[in-house]
Amino acid sequence: MVLKAFFPTCCASADSGLLVGRWVPEQGFAVVLAVVHFPFIPLQVRELLARVQRASQVGLAVLGTWCHRRREPEESLGRFLEGLGALFTHKPWLQLSREPDSRRWNCKVSSPGAPCGEDQVMLIFYDQRQVLLAQLHPPATLPDRRAGDATATAAEGGLAAVFHTVARSEALFQSDRFDEGPVRLTHWQSEGVEASILVELAKWASGPVCLLLSSLLSLLSWLSTWRLCRLCPLAFLCSKLCTCQQLRLRLQHLQLVFSTQKAEDPAQLMRKANTLVSVLLDVALGLALLSWLHREDRIGQLADALVPVADRVAEELQQLLEWLMGAPAGLKMNRALDQVLGRFFLYHIHLWISYIHLMSPFVERILWHVGLSACLGLTVALSLLSDILALLTFHIYCFYVYGARLYCLKVCGLSSLWRLFRGKKWNVLRQRVDSCSYDLDQLFIGTLLFTILLFLLPTTALYYLVFTLLRLLVVAVQGLIHLLVDLVNSLPLYSLGLRLCRPYRLAAGVKFRVLERESDGPLRLLMQINPLPYSHVVHNFRLPSCGCHPRQSWSSLCRKLFFGELIYPWRQRGDKQD
Amino acid sequence: MEDEQSFSDISGGRLSLQRRYYTQSCREFCLNCPRLSLRSLTAVTCTVWLVAYGLFALCENSMILSSAIFITLIGLLGYLHFVKIDQETLLIIDSLGIQMTSSYASGKESTTFIEMGKVKDIVINEAIYMKVIYYLCILLKDPLEPQEISQVVPVFQRRDEKEMKTCSTTSPFVKFPPAGEDSRLEPRSLSL
Repeated sequence: MVLKAFFPTCCASADSGLLVGRWVPEQGFAVVLAVVHFPFIPLQVRELLARVQRASQVGLAVLGTWCHRRREPEESLGRFLEGLGALFTHKPWLQLSREPDSRRWNCKVSSPGAPCGEDQVMLIFYDQRQVLLAQLHPPATLPDRRAGDATATAAEGGLAAVFHTVARSEALFQSDRFDEGPVRLTHWQSEGVEASILVELAKWASGPVCLLLSSLLSLLSWLSTWRLCRLCPLAFLCSKLCTCQQLRLRLQHLQLVFSTQKAEDPAQLMRKANTLVSVLLDVALGLALLSWLHREDRIGQLADALVPVADRVAEELQQLLEWLMGAPAGLKMNRALDQVLGRFFLYHIHLWISYIHLMSPFVERILWHVGLSACLGLTVALSLLSDILALLTFHIYCFYVYGARLYCLKVCGLSSLWRLFRGKKWNVLRQRVDSCSYDLDQLFIGTLLFTILLFLLPTTALYYLVFTLLRLLVVAVQGLIHLLVDLVNSLPLYSLGLRLCRPYRLAAGVKFRVLERESDGPLRLLMQINPLPYSHVVHNFRLPSCGCHPRQSWSSLCRKLFFGELIYPWRQRGDKQD
Repeated sequence: MEDEQSFSDISGGRLSLQRRYYTQSCREFCLNCPRLSLRSLTAVTCTVWLVAYGLFALCENSMILSSAIFITLIGLLGYLHFVKIDQETLLIIDSLGIQMTSSYASGKESTTFIEMGKVKDIVINEAIYMKVIYYLCILLKDPLEPQEISQVVPVFQRRDEKEMKTCSTTSPFVKFPPAGEDSRLEPRSLSL
């Protein structure tokens, strides 16, 4: 097998010395982590390697020598380096060298048994900082695989071992050029350990702030559970309103962000960061909305427009019902039933209009307070809007329920009487249709009822159709609002920003580039990080939303509509059955 | 060491295949696709603008014309960035892996690297699309079941059969079966 020597780009201009790193025999990888410079004492080098090995559980060793001739070729240096091979026994022993003026690299490997030759080594350059900070995301994870399997163990697939080695050897990178230690190293931090004052201050301040906020939040959540348990109607109402769901979700998010526990793995850290950015964006957008609403008295204008709009909607509904009570689309309805249903619904609309007119002096106050809630976040404001829409169109919901129940009763009656007409019946015990012998009077009354229901079907079906369409329209508008809320809740903005600004942090894999080759030098490749595509970033780091999606498929929806069962599009988890 | 040959693809455009030999353990195959032809670009632009002008004559709304220009520009940029492939490269590094790079006309490059440990086999597969088309594909191992195949990765898109043979005969890693055998019956397995 060809030996692959991974060499960090930061050491390409370092002085001569020893190569220190890890040898992976299964794939033939020699991962060079740092260069130890002269003068050194071999015992101290061995101690340093043992110390780092204890801290990182990664087996380090001296892999070979590095020779960078700055002036005329020094023969003594060459022989000295060869002599070191006897001191640090490692099989195979790597000898890298570089000419300063021509960009010639030389690479020799001596291993026991195999003949050493130029073709047996491949030099692969890698950027140590990027490989250290990158997290590998394997491209296709099967559904039954445990998370964290792919990159955790170094025994698995090839290049993940390189990433794992560099990431775990942080103890080696802690001493820089300016330290007065016994061993001088060159690696990516040898010019000085990177740090930022702001980051350190934030880390120091975050401890007490998190403690304070997490205690406040736990007090808040305890209060909410206590109050809700006591007052039953309030609990029922809260489970139906979107706003309460959204507030509960945001409380959970804030508890996650300000929890005093440190994140165990990178996935949890990303989730915390994404949640924090999402909350901040939400609040910023909410404040922008608030400032826009309060400018030029828009709330007053909105309140003035609300009551006429509700009036207009009621008038349109009345006209629709008058049309249905006549001869809608040329169909001939059953007069008596038509009049009964029409008058029933008209009375409801009359009640609704009176209610709206009763509320009209208080509308502006209510809207002002609702607008103030936008400072909690844009999602809260949108959920409130969706709830207000639901409240204003409550009469449409009532009409839909009446129409659906009536239609459902009719369809059930029809199907059962149709079975009677054919001489069959539904066996509840066996859950199937069985034949049955009826008496003559049973058959007579059954057939009569069947005929009546059948001829009244078009009227009921038309009312049901009209009100279902209206209800679906309202549901569609609410659905759009929910979609927007979901988008703000679950979009992983921190991950997207990281992918934009620091693409090497989220790695899908690696890519290689062949560097220009001298006539008989070794093959030189540059290994770069292949970043994760944006679609994969969104898919992997998506935050869990509150689950307000319609769970049924289109076919089951059509089935429910046909049989007159009620549709609950926004069924939350843990809801009580209505 | 470089070598260049010309072929033509299914639709008749000119293709050129370049083979680069770096060392005994590293080879590269570079396929240059036909460029965007001025004729087709002019035809599409003229069609869109004629339709827009016709709609403008009906509606007398100048927004239609500006939106047609906008759509043409955005469509062209999207086509160059997401659809039009200029060059495809296959880099084979012994015992490390296989890398496939596609460079688009707008300069975007998308790279996939498959480690040698994941490759089960390289085969020539057949597809029927108006006639029989042969394409090279790489079979990947399933990580849980070493005997099963988890993914089939086609190497180049819609290319000629002769190029496949050229790629496979000149690479030291794949051996093609003797020319006398009928290669239409079943996918031939190439040994790595």
